[in-house]
Amino acid sequence: MNYWSWETFSEALPMVLQGLGITVGLTFSCYAFALLFGFVWTFLRRIPNKLIHWIVTWTMEFIRSTPPLVQLFFIFYAWPMIPGIGVTLSPFTSAILGLGLHFSTYIGEIYRSGIESVDKGQWEASRALNFSVFDKWKKIILPQALPPTIPMLGNYFIIMFKEVPLASTIGVAGILHMANTYGARNWAYLEPLTIVGIIFLLLSYPSAILIKKLEVKMNTRFDKKAALENVKKGAVM
Amino acid sequence: MSDTIKEPIVQFIDVHKSFGDVKVLKGIDLDIKPGEKVAVIGPSGSGKTTIIRMLMTLEEPTSGDILVEGNNLWKMSKKGKQVRANEKHLRNIRGDIGMVFQHFNLFPHMSILDNCMTAPVNVKKEDKNEVRERSIQMLERVGLGDKLNNYPSQLSGGQKQRVAMARALVMRPKIMLFDEVTSALDPELVGEVLEVIRDIAKNDDMAMVLVTHEMDFALDIADKVLFLDEGVIAEQGTASDVIEHSENERLQTFLRRFRSV
Ligand SMILES: Nc1ncnc2c1ncn2[C@@H]1O[C@H](COP(=O)(O)OP(=O)(O)OP(=O)(O)O)[C@@H](O)[C@H]1O
Ligand SMILES: [Mg+2]
Repeated sequence: MNYWSWETFSEALPMVLQGLGITVGLTFSCYAFALLFGFVWTFLRRIPNKLIHWIVTWTMEFIRSTPPLVQLFFIFYAWPMIPGIGVTLSPFTSAILGLGLHFSTYIGEIYRSGIESVDKGQWEASRALNFSVFDKWKKIILPQALPPTIPMLGNYFIIMFKEVPLASTIGVAGILHMANTYGARNWAYLEPLTIVGIIFLLLSYPSAILIKKLEVKMNTRFDKKAALENVKKGAVM
Repeated sequence: MSDTIKEPIVQFIDVHKSFGDVKVLKGIDLDIKPGEKVAVIGPSGSGKTTIIRMLMTLEEPTSGDILVEGNNLWKMSKKGKQVRANEKHLRNIRGDIGMVFQHFNLFPHMSILDNCMTAPVNVKKEDKNEVRERSIQMLERVGLGDKLNNYPSQLSGGQKQRVAMARALVMRPKIMLFDEVTSALDPELVGEVLEVIRDIAKNDDMAMVLVTHEMDFALDIADKVLFLDEGVIAEQGTASDVIEHSENERLQTFLRRFRSV
Protein backbone atom coordinates (compact mmCIF):
# COMPACT_ATOMS: atom_id res chain seq x y z
CA MET A 1 0.00 0.00 0.00
CA ASN A 2 1.14 3.49 -0.75
CA TYR A 3 1.14 5.76 2.29
CA TRP A 4 2.57 8.87 0.80
CA SER A 5 1.96 10.37 -2.61
CA TRP A 6 3.81 13.40 -3.89
CA GLU A 7 1.03 13.82 -6.39
CA THR A 8 -1.51 14.26 -3.62
CA PHE A 9 0.92 16.53 -1.86
CA SER A 10 1.27 18.89 -4.80
CA GLU A 11 -2.46 18.81 -5.40
CA ALA A 12 -3.29 19.58 -1.77
CA LEU A 13 -0.66 22.30 -1.39
CA PRO A 14 -2.39 25.09 -3.33
CA MET A 15 -5.67 24.35 -1.65
CA VAL A 16 -4.20 24.41 1.85
CA LEU A 17 -2.30 27.58 1.03
CA GLN A 18 -5.59 29.25 0.16
CA GLY A 19 -6.33 29.19 3.86
CA LEU A 20 -3.02 30.79 4.81
CA GLY A 21 -4.27 34.34 4.45
CA ILE A 22 -7.15 33.61 6.80
CA THR A 23 -4.97 31.86 9.37
CA VAL A 24 -2.39 34.63 9.41
CA GLY A 25 -5.06 37.34 9.26
CA LEU A 26 -6.95 35.78 12.13
CA THR A 27 -3.77 35.48 14.17
CA PHE A 28 -2.97 39.16 13.76
CA SER A 29 -6.57 40.21 14.38
CA CYS A 30 -6.84 38.12 17.54
CA TYR A 31 -3.51 39.40 18.70
CA ALA A 32 -4.40 43.04 18.10
CA PHE A 33 -7.66 42.50 19.95
CA ALA A 34 -5.84 40.83 22.84
CA LEU A 35 -3.19 43.58 23.03
CA LEU A 36 -5.86 46.26 23.18
CA PHE A 37 -8.21 44.45 25.50
CA GLY A 38 -5.30 43.56 27.76
CA PHE A 39 -5.08 47.27 28.55
CA VAL A 40 -8.75 47.34 29.42
CA TRP A 41 -8.25 44.60 32.03
CA THR A 42 -5.12 46.23 33.39
CA PHE A 43 -6.71 49.62 33.85
CA LEU A 44 -10.02 48.26 35.12
CA ARG A 45 -8.10 46.45 37.82
CA ARG A 46 -6.39 49.66 38.87
CA ILE A 47 -9.67 51.37 39.72
CA PRO A 48 -9.46 51.88 43.47
CA ASN A 49 -12.76 50.23 44.24
CA LYS A 50 -12.81 46.86 45.96
CA LEU A 51 -15.99 45.63 44.28
CA ILE A 52 -14.84 46.49 40.75
CA HIS A 53 -11.44 45.00 41.44
CA TRP A 54 -13.02 41.81 42.69
CA ILE A 55 -15.40 41.50 39.74
CA VAL A 56 -12.67 42.15 37.19
CA THR A 57 -10.22 39.75 38.82
CA TRP A 58 -12.74 36.93 38.89
CA THR A 59 -13.96 37.57 35.38
CA MET A 60 -10.38 37.30 34.17
CA GLU A 61 -9.85 34.19 36.22
CA PHE A 62 -13.02 32.66 34.80
CA ILE A 63 -12.06 33.41 31.20
CA ARG A 64 -8.57 32.04 31.76
CA SER A 65 -9.70 28.81 33.38
CA THR A 66 -12.22 27.87 30.70
CA PRO A 67 -10.94 26.22 27.51
CA PRO A 68 -10.82 28.57 24.53
CA LEU A 69 -12.69 25.97 22.50
CA VAL A 70 -15.64 26.16 24.87
CA GLN A 71 -15.56 29.93 24.66
CA LEU A 72 -15.55 29.79 20.89
CA PHE A 73 -18.53 27.46 20.85
CA PHE A 74 -20.33 29.63 23.35
CA ILE A 75 -19.86 32.82 21.37
CA PHE A 76 -20.68 31.20 18.05
CA TYR A 77 -23.50 28.80 18.97
CA ALA A 78 -24.89 29.76 22.35
CA TRP A 79 -24.73 33.53 22.48
CA PRO A 80 -27.08 34.10 19.51
CA MET A 81 -29.72 32.12 21.40
CA ILE A 82 -29.72 34.34 24.47
CA PRO A 83 -32.82 36.53 24.17
CA GLY A 84 -32.16 40.24 24.33
CA ILE A 85 -28.42 40.37 24.12
CA GLY A 86 -27.83 37.55 21.66
CA VAL A 87 -26.09 38.48 18.42
CA THR A 88 -25.17 36.23 15.53
CA LEU A 89 -21.57 36.74 14.50
CA SER A 90 -19.62 35.47 11.54
CA PRO A 91 -17.17 32.64 12.27
CA PHE A 92 -14.23 34.99 11.75
CA THR A 93 -15.58 37.66 14.13
CA SER A 94 -16.51 35.01 16.69
CA ALA A 95 -12.97 33.69 16.52
CA ILE A 96 -11.43 37.13 17.05
CA LEU A 97 -13.72 37.72 19.99
CA GLY A 98 -13.29 34.27 21.53
CA LEU A 99 -9.56 33.77 21.14
CA GLY A 100 -8.77 37.47 21.53
CA LEU A 101 -10.69 37.70 24.77
CA HIS A 102 -9.13 34.53 26.11
CA PHE A 103 -5.60 35.71 25.45
CA SER A 104 -6.28 39.28 26.54
CA THR A 105 -6.49 38.03 30.11
CA TYR A 106 -2.93 36.68 29.88
CA ILE A 107 -1.73 39.81 28.17
CA GLY A 108 -3.37 42.01 30.78
CA GLU A 109 -1.42 40.05 33.35
CA ILE A 110 1.82 40.72 31.47
CA TYR A 111 1.06 44.44 31.33
CA ARG A 112 0.35 44.41 35.03
CA SER A 113 3.68 42.82 35.86
CA GLY A 114 5.43 45.32 33.59
CA ILE A 115 3.74 48.23 35.34
CA GLU A 116 4.52 46.85 38.76
CA SER A 117 8.17 46.52 37.83
CA VAL A 118 8.44 50.29 37.41
CA ASP A 119 10.16 51.72 40.45
CA LYS A 120 8.00 53.55 42.97
CA GLY A 121 10.36 56.50 42.66
CA GLN A 122 9.29 57.02 39.06
CA TRP A 123 5.70 57.60 40.13
CA GLU A 124 6.84 60.00 42.80
CA ALA A 125 9.10 61.91 40.44
CA SER A 126 6.20 62.23 37.97
CA ARG A 127 4.13 63.62 40.76
CA ALA A 128 6.81 66.02 41.95
CA LEU A 129 7.17 67.32 38.40
CA ASN A 130 3.39 67.79 38.30
CA PHE A 131 2.62 65.53 35.35
CA SER A 132 -1.04 65.02 34.51
CA VAL A 133 -2.30 61.49 34.98
CA PHE A 134 -2.40 60.97 31.23
CA ASP A 135 1.13 62.28 30.58
CA LYS A 136 2.46 60.30 33.51
CA TRP A 137 1.32 57.08 31.87
CA LYS A 138 2.27 58.12 28.38
CA LYS A 139 5.68 59.66 29.02
CA ILE A 140 6.96 57.96 32.14
CA ILE A 141 5.26 54.73 33.17
CA LEU A 142 4.36 52.89 29.96
CA PRO A 143 7.66 53.61 28.17
CA GLN A 144 9.35 51.82 31.06
CA ALA A 145 6.73 49.17 31.73
CA LEU A 146 6.17 47.89 28.20
CA PRO A 147 9.59 47.27 26.61
CA PRO A 148 10.58 44.56 29.11
CA THR A 149 7.32 42.75 28.36
CA ILE A 150 7.89 42.60 24.60
CA PRO A 151 9.58 39.17 24.59
CA MET A 152 6.74 37.71 26.63
CA LEU A 153 4.15 39.37 24.45
CA GLY A 154 5.99 37.83 21.50
CA ASN A 155 5.76 34.39 23.07
CA TYR A 156 2.03 34.83 23.35
CA PHE A 157 1.90 35.71 19.70
CA ILE A 158 3.32 32.29 18.85
CA ILE A 159 1.14 30.49 21.36
CA MET A 160 -1.85 32.22 19.89
CA PHE A 161 -0.83 31.39 16.35
CA LYS A 162 -0.88 27.75 17.35
CA GLU A 163 -4.34 28.06 18.89
CA VAL A 164 -5.88 29.73 15.87
CA PRO A 165 -6.71 26.37 14.15
CA LEU A 166 -9.36 25.96 16.85
CA ALA A 167 -11.36 28.39 14.75
CA SER A 168 -11.75 25.72 12.08
CA THR A 169 -14.24 24.04 14.42
CA ILE A 170 -16.67 26.88 13.85
CA GLY A 171 -15.92 26.99 10.14
CA VAL A 172 -13.21 29.61 9.73
CA ALA A 173 -11.51 28.52 6.52
CA GLY A 174 -7.89 28.64 7.63
CA ILE A 175 -5.22 26.14 6.61
CA LEU A 176 -6.46 23.39 8.91
CA HIS A 177 -9.97 23.75 7.65
CA MET A 178 -8.76 23.63 4.03
CA ALA A 179 -6.66 20.55 4.75
CA ASN A 180 -9.63 18.83 6.34
CA THR A 181 -11.87 19.73 3.45
CA TYR A 182 -9.32 18.33 1.00
CA GLY A 183 -8.96 15.22 3.11
CA ALA A 184 -12.66 14.56 3.27
CA ARG A 185 -13.10 15.11 -0.42
CA ASN A 186 -10.24 12.89 -1.54
CA TRP A 187 -9.93 10.56 1.40
CA ALA A 188 -6.32 11.61 1.83
CA TYR A 189 -5.40 13.24 5.10
CA LEU A 190 -1.73 12.51 5.48
CA GLU A 191 -0.39 14.92 2.88
CA PRO A 192 -2.59 17.95 3.58
CA LEU A 193 -2.15 17.69 7.34
CA THR A 194 1.60 17.30 6.90
CA ILE A 195 1.51 20.51 4.91
CA VAL A 196 -0.31 22.23 7.76
CA GLY A 197 2.37 21.04 10.17
CA ILE A 198 5.16 22.29 7.94
CA ILE A 199 3.54 25.70 7.54
CA PHE A 200 3.23 26.09 11.30
CA LEU A 201 6.84 25.07 11.78
CA LEU A 202 8.04 27.42 9.04
CA LEU A 203 6.23 30.36 10.58
CA SER A 204 6.69 29.71 14.31
CA TYR A 205 10.34 28.85 14.31
CA PRO A 206 11.67 32.06 12.77
CA SER A 207 9.28 34.05 14.99
CA ALA A 208 10.69 32.30 18.03
CA ILE A 209 14.22 33.20 16.96
CA LEU A 210 13.17 36.79 16.38
CA ILE A 211 11.72 36.95 19.86
CA LYS A 212 14.90 35.56 21.38
CA LYS A 213 16.81 38.33 19.63
CA LEU A 214 14.36 40.92 20.91
CA GLU A 215 14.80 39.58 24.38
CA VAL A 216 18.56 40.02 24.25
CA LYS A 217 18.07 43.53 22.90
CA MET A 218 15.66 44.46 25.67
CA ASN A 219 18.05 43.03 28.22
CA THR A 220 20.79 45.37 27.19
CA ARG A 221 18.58 48.42 26.75
CA PHE A 222 19.48 51.03 29.40
CA ASP A 223 19.54 49.03 32.54
CA LYS A 224 16.53 46.89 32.11
CA LYS A 225 17.79 43.61 33.47
CA ALA A 226 16.21 44.09 36.84
CA ALA A 227 12.91 45.14 35.34
CA LEU A 228 12.86 42.07 33.13
CA GLU A 229 13.50 39.78 36.06
CA ASN A 230 10.61 41.35 37.91
CA VAL A 231 8.32 40.90 34.95
CA LYS A 232 9.21 37.22 34.72
CA LYS A 233 8.62 36.70 38.40
CA GLY A 234 5.39 38.66 38.49
CA ALA A 235 3.59 37.25 35.47
CA VAL A 236 1.23 34.37 36.07
CA MET A 237 1.68 32.08 33.13
CA MET B 1 18.25 86.52 53.81
CA SER B 2 14.59 86.84 54.55
CA ASP B 3 13.09 89.28 56.96
CA THR B 4 10.13 89.14 59.24
CA ILE B 5 7.71 91.28 57.22
CA LYS B 6 7.10 88.75 54.45
CA GLU B 7 4.06 86.49 54.55
CA PRO B 8 5.04 82.84 54.90
CA ILE B 9 5.05 80.88 51.67
CA VAL B 10 4.42 77.65 53.56
CA GLN B 11 2.55 77.15 56.79
CA PHE B 12 1.97 73.94 58.70
CA ILE B 13 -0.85 74.28 61.22
CA ASP B 14 -1.14 71.50 63.79
CA VAL B 15 -0.32 68.82 61.24
CA HIS B 16 -0.60 65.22 62.37
CA LYS B 17 0.32 62.11 60.45
CA SER B 18 -0.19 58.47 61.32
CA PHE B 19 0.62 55.35 59.36
CA GLY B 20 -1.97 52.88 60.55
CA ASP B 21 -1.77 52.98 64.32
CA VAL B 22 1.67 54.55 64.38
CA LYS B 23 1.59 58.27 65.12
CA VAL B 24 4.55 59.71 63.29
CA LEU B 25 3.88 63.45 63.47
CA LYS B 26 2.02 64.81 66.48
CA GLY B 27 1.27 68.43 65.78
CA ILE B 28 3.67 70.27 63.50
CA ASP B 29 3.46 74.07 63.39
CA LEU B 30 5.85 75.67 61.01
CA ASP B 31 6.29 78.84 58.95
CA ILE B 32 8.59 79.10 55.97
CA LYS B 33 9.11 82.51 54.44
CA PRO B 34 9.77 83.11 50.76
CA GLY B 35 13.40 82.44 50.03
CA GLU B 36 14.07 81.01 53.45
CA LYS B 37 16.51 78.10 53.73
CA VAL B 38 15.32 75.61 56.32
CA ALA B 39 17.30 72.61 57.48
CA VAL B 40 15.47 69.74 59.16
CA ILE B 41 17.49 67.50 61.42
CA GLY B 42 16.54 64.75 63.82
CA PRO B 43 16.97 61.08 64.59
CA SER B 44 16.05 58.39 62.11
CA GLY B 45 12.31 57.74 62.06
CA SER B 46 11.43 61.10 63.58
CA GLY B 47 9.34 62.03 60.54
CA LYS B 48 11.62 64.38 58.58
CA THR B 49 10.91 62.76 55.25
CA THR B 50 7.21 62.59 56.03
CA ILE B 51 7.06 66.36 56.53
CA ILE B 52 8.42 67.18 53.12
CA ARG B 53 6.52 64.37 51.42
CA MET B 54 3.27 65.88 52.67
CA LEU B 55 4.30 69.21 51.20
CA MET B 56 5.13 67.51 47.89
CA THR B 57 1.65 65.88 48.01
CA LEU B 58 3.15 62.39 48.14
CA GLU B 59 1.59 61.75 51.53
CA GLU B 60 -1.69 63.09 52.91
CA PRO B 61 -1.79 64.49 56.45
CA THR B 62 -4.08 62.73 58.90
CA SER B 63 -5.21 66.08 60.28
CA GLY B 64 -4.22 69.73 60.28
CA ASP B 65 -3.59 72.16 57.46
CA ILE B 66 -0.73 72.89 55.13
CA LEU B 67 -0.96 76.27 53.41
CA VAL B 68 1.07 77.21 50.37
CA GLU B 69 0.91 80.92 49.63
CA GLY B 70 -2.22 81.00 51.74
CA ASN B 71 -3.96 78.19 49.82
CA ASN B 72 -4.92 75.09 51.71
CA LEU B 73 -2.99 72.30 50.00
CA TRP B 74 -4.99 69.25 51.02
CA LYS B 75 -8.42 70.85 51.29
CA MET B 76 -10.58 72.81 48.93
CA SER B 77 -13.99 74.35 49.15
CA LYS B 78 -16.89 72.91 47.29
CA LYS B 79 -20.33 74.48 47.57
CA GLY B 80 -19.11 76.43 50.58
CA LYS B 81 -17.92 73.31 52.35
CA GLN B 82 -14.34 72.27 52.95
CA VAL B 83 -13.64 68.94 51.28
CA ARG B 84 -10.63 66.79 50.50
CA ALA B 85 -8.55 68.21 47.66
CA ASN B 86 -8.87 66.55 44.27
CA GLU B 87 -6.04 66.00 41.82
CA LYS B 88 -6.81 69.24 39.95
CA HIS B 89 -6.52 71.29 43.11
CA LEU B 90 -3.28 69.55 44.07
CA ARG B 91 -1.85 70.12 40.61
CA ASN B 92 -2.54 73.83 40.79
CA ILE B 93 -0.49 74.23 43.93
CA ARG B 94 2.10 71.53 43.33
CA GLY B 95 3.51 73.41 40.36
CA ASP B 96 5.29 75.77 42.77
CA ILE B 97 7.07 72.97 44.56
CA GLY B 98 10.03 70.88 43.43
CA MET B 99 11.75 67.96 45.07
CA VAL B 100 15.07 66.17 44.92
CA PHE B 101 14.97 62.57 46.14
CA GLN B 102 17.43 60.45 48.03
CA HIS B 103 17.54 57.95 45.16
CA PHE B 104 17.50 60.54 42.36
CA ASN B 105 14.52 59.03 40.52
CA LEU B 106 15.75 60.12 37.12
CA PHE B 107 13.82 58.81 34.14
CA PRO B 108 16.03 55.98 32.85
CA HIS B 109 14.50 55.94 29.37
CA MET B 110 15.36 59.57 28.66
CA SER B 111 18.64 61.34 28.03
CA ILE B 112 19.91 63.77 30.65
CA LEU B 113 18.68 66.68 28.57
CA ASP B 114 15.24 65.12 28.08
CA ASN B 115 15.01 64.45 31.79
CA CYS B 116 15.28 68.20 32.30
CA MET B 117 13.06 69.19 29.40
CA THR B 118 10.13 66.84 29.71
CA ALA B 119 8.24 68.54 32.53
CA PRO B 120 8.55 72.17 31.38
CA VAL B 121 7.52 71.13 27.87
CA ASN B 122 4.77 68.62 28.71
CA VAL B 123 3.48 69.98 31.99
CA LYS B 124 3.98 73.72 31.70
CA LYS B 125 3.62 73.74 27.90
CA GLU B 126 6.59 76.05 27.54
CA ASP B 127 8.37 76.68 24.28
CA LYS B 128 10.62 73.75 23.46
CA ASN B 129 13.60 75.75 22.22
CA GLU B 130 13.51 78.06 25.17
CA VAL B 131 13.31 75.08 27.54
CA ARG B 132 16.19 73.36 25.77
CA GLU B 133 18.39 76.41 26.19
CA ARG B 134 17.46 76.78 29.82
CA SER B 135 18.05 73.08 30.48
CA ILE B 136 21.47 73.20 28.88
CA GLN B 137 22.37 76.24 30.96
CA MET B 138 21.17 74.49 34.08
CA LEU B 139 23.11 71.33 33.29
CA GLU B 140 26.20 73.43 32.66
CA ARG B 141 25.66 75.11 35.97
CA VAL B 142 25.72 71.75 37.77
CA GLY B 143 28.80 70.77 35.78
CA LEU B 144 27.22 68.34 33.33
CA GLY B 145 27.24 70.37 30.14
CA ASP B 146 29.19 67.58 28.44
CA LYS B 147 26.69 64.82 29.29
CA LEU B 148 23.53 66.14 27.66
CA ASN B 149 22.93 63.09 25.52
CA ASN B 150 24.01 60.49 28.03
CA TYR B 151 21.51 58.29 29.80
CA PRO B 152 21.21 58.18 33.59
CA SER B 153 22.63 54.65 33.77
CA GLN B 154 25.89 56.02 32.37
CA LEU B 155 26.40 58.48 35.24
CA SER B 156 27.84 58.24 38.73
CA GLY B 157 25.57 58.76 41.72
CA GLY B 158 26.84 62.27 42.25
CA GLN B 159 26.25 63.15 38.63
CA LYS B 160 22.75 61.67 38.76
CA GLN B 161 21.91 63.75 41.78
CA ARG B 162 23.17 66.88 40.05
CA VAL B 163 20.93 66.09 37.06
CA ALA B 164 18.03 65.62 39.45
CA MET B 165 18.67 69.08 40.84
CA ALA B 166 18.89 70.62 37.39
CA ARG B 167 15.64 68.87 36.46
CA ALA B 168 13.87 70.34 39.47
CA LEU B 169 15.36 73.80 38.95
CA VAL B 170 14.32 74.06 35.30
CA MET B 171 10.72 74.01 36.55
CA ARG B 172 11.46 77.25 38.46
CA PRO B 173 9.77 76.22 41.70
CA LYS B 174 9.22 78.68 44.53
CA ILE B 175 9.97 75.97 47.06
CA MET B 176 12.56 73.22 46.69
CA LEU B 177 12.61 70.16 48.90
CA PHE B 178 15.71 68.02 49.41
CA ASP B 179 15.41 64.66 51.16
CA GLU B 180 18.83 63.50 52.29
CA VAL B 181 20.08 63.92 48.79
CA THR B 182 23.62 62.85 49.64
CA SER B 183 22.94 59.82 51.80
CA ALA B 184 22.78 57.33 48.92
CA LEU B 185 26.13 58.51 47.57
CA ASP B 186 29.64 57.20 48.00
CA PRO B 187 31.44 59.48 50.47
CA GLU B 188 33.78 60.90 47.84
CA LEU B 189 30.80 62.09 45.76
CA VAL B 190 29.02 63.94 48.55
CA GLY B 191 31.10 67.09 48.18
CA GLU B 192 30.21 67.82 44.57
CA VAL B 193 26.48 67.58 45.34
CA LEU B 194 26.72 69.78 48.43
CA GLU B 195 28.58 72.36 46.36
CA VAL B 196 25.66 72.58 43.95
CA ILE B 197 23.19 72.97 46.80
CA ARG B 198 25.34 75.66 48.36
CA ASP B 199 25.41 77.44 45.00
CA ILE B 200 21.62 77.26 44.71
CA ALA B 201 21.15 78.41 48.28
CA LYS B 202 23.43 81.41 47.82
CA ASN B 203 22.22 82.51 44.39
CA ASP B 204 18.60 81.49 43.93
CA ASP B 205 15.77 83.16 45.76
CA MET B 206 13.49 80.15 46.19
CA ALA B 207 12.67 78.74 49.60
CA MET B 208 14.48 75.51 50.41
CA VAL B 209 13.76 72.76 52.88
CA LEU B 210 16.65 70.38 53.38
CA VAL B 211 16.45 67.19 55.32
CA THR B 212 20.04 66.38 56.04
CA HIS B 213 22.49 64.62 58.24
CA GLU B 214 25.29 66.92 57.12
CA MET B 215 25.36 69.08 60.25
CA ASP B 216 28.18 71.44 59.28
CA PHE B 217 26.62 72.00 55.92
CA ALA B 218 23.22 72.72 57.46
CA LEU B 219 24.81 75.14 59.89
CA ASP B 220 26.49 76.91 57.03
CA ILE B 221 23.59 77.49 54.66
CA ALA B 222 20.40 77.40 56.72
CA ASP B 223 18.53 80.48 57.91
CA LYS B 224 16.58 78.25 60.22
CA VAL B 225 17.17 74.82 61.68
CA LEU B 226 14.41 72.53 62.95
CA PHE B 227 15.14 69.68 65.29
CA LEU B 228 12.47 67.07 64.90
CA ASP B 229 12.07 64.57 67.68
CA GLU B 230 9.32 62.12 68.60
CA GLY B 231 6.88 63.65 66.16
CA VAL B 232 7.20 67.29 67.15
CA ILE B 233 9.52 70.18 66.40
CA ALA B 234 11.48 70.05 69.61
CA GLU B 235 13.70 73.01 68.84
CA GLN B 236 13.90 75.65 66.16
CA GLY B 237 15.87 78.77 65.49
CA THR B 238 18.91 80.02 63.66
CA ALA B 239 21.60 77.49 63.04
CA SER B 240 23.80 78.74 65.83
CA ASP B 241 20.86 78.94 68.26
CA VAL B 242 19.91 75.36 67.67
CA ILE B 243 23.20 73.67 67.05
CA GLU B 244 25.48 75.55 69.41
CA HIS B 245 23.40 77.04 72.19
CA SER B 246 20.40 74.82 72.71
CA GLU B 247 19.94 73.25 76.10
CA ASN B 248 17.65 70.54 74.81
CA GLU B 249 19.04 67.35 76.28
CA ARG B 250 18.03 65.08 73.40
CA LEU B 251 19.33 67.51 70.82
CA GLN B 252 22.69 67.56 72.54
CA THR B 253 22.81 63.78 72.59
CA PHE B 254 21.80 63.67 68.94
CA LEU B 255 24.49 66.14 67.93
CA ARG B 256 27.18 64.46 70.01
CA ARG B 257 26.45 61.13 68.42
CA PHE B 258 26.61 62.73 65.04
CA ARG B 259 29.81 64.55 65.48
CA SER B 260 31.62 61.58 66.94
CA VAL B 261 30.89 59.52 63.83
N1 LIG C 1 4.44 54.66 53.86
C1 LIG C 1 4.67 54.35 55.15
N2 LIG C 1 3.98 53.35 55.74
C2 LIG C 1 4.18 53.03 57.03
N3 LIG C 1 5.05 53.65 57.83
C3 LIG C 1 5.78 54.65 57.31
C4 LIG C 1 5.63 55.06 55.95
N4 LIG C 1 6.47 56.08 55.71
C5 LIG C 1 7.12 56.30 56.87
N5 LIG C 1 6.72 55.45 57.84
C6 LIG C 1 7.18 55.43 59.23
O1 LIG C 1 7.10 56.74 59.73
C7 LIG C 1 8.20 57.03 60.55
C8 LIG C 1 8.87 58.30 60.08
O2 LIG C 1 9.40 58.08 58.81
P1 LIG C 1 10.28 59.15 58.04
O3 LIG C 1 10.75 58.49 56.80
O4 LIG C 1 9.52 60.41 57.89
O5 LIG C 1 11.50 59.37 59.05
P2 LIG C 1 12.85 60.15 58.83
O6 LIG C 1 12.94 61.13 59.92
O7 LIG C 1 12.91 60.65 57.44
O8 LIG C 1 13.91 59.00 59.05
P3 LIG C 1 15.31 58.74 58.31
O9 LIG C 1 16.29 59.67 58.94
O10 LIG C 1 15.60 57.32 58.63
O11 LIG C 1 15.10 58.99 56.86
C9 LIG C 1 9.09 55.82 60.52
O12 LIG C 1 8.85 55.07 61.69
C10 LIG C 1 8.64 55.06 59.31
O13 LIG C 1 8.80 53.69 59.50
MG1 LIG D 1 14.08 60.22 55.72
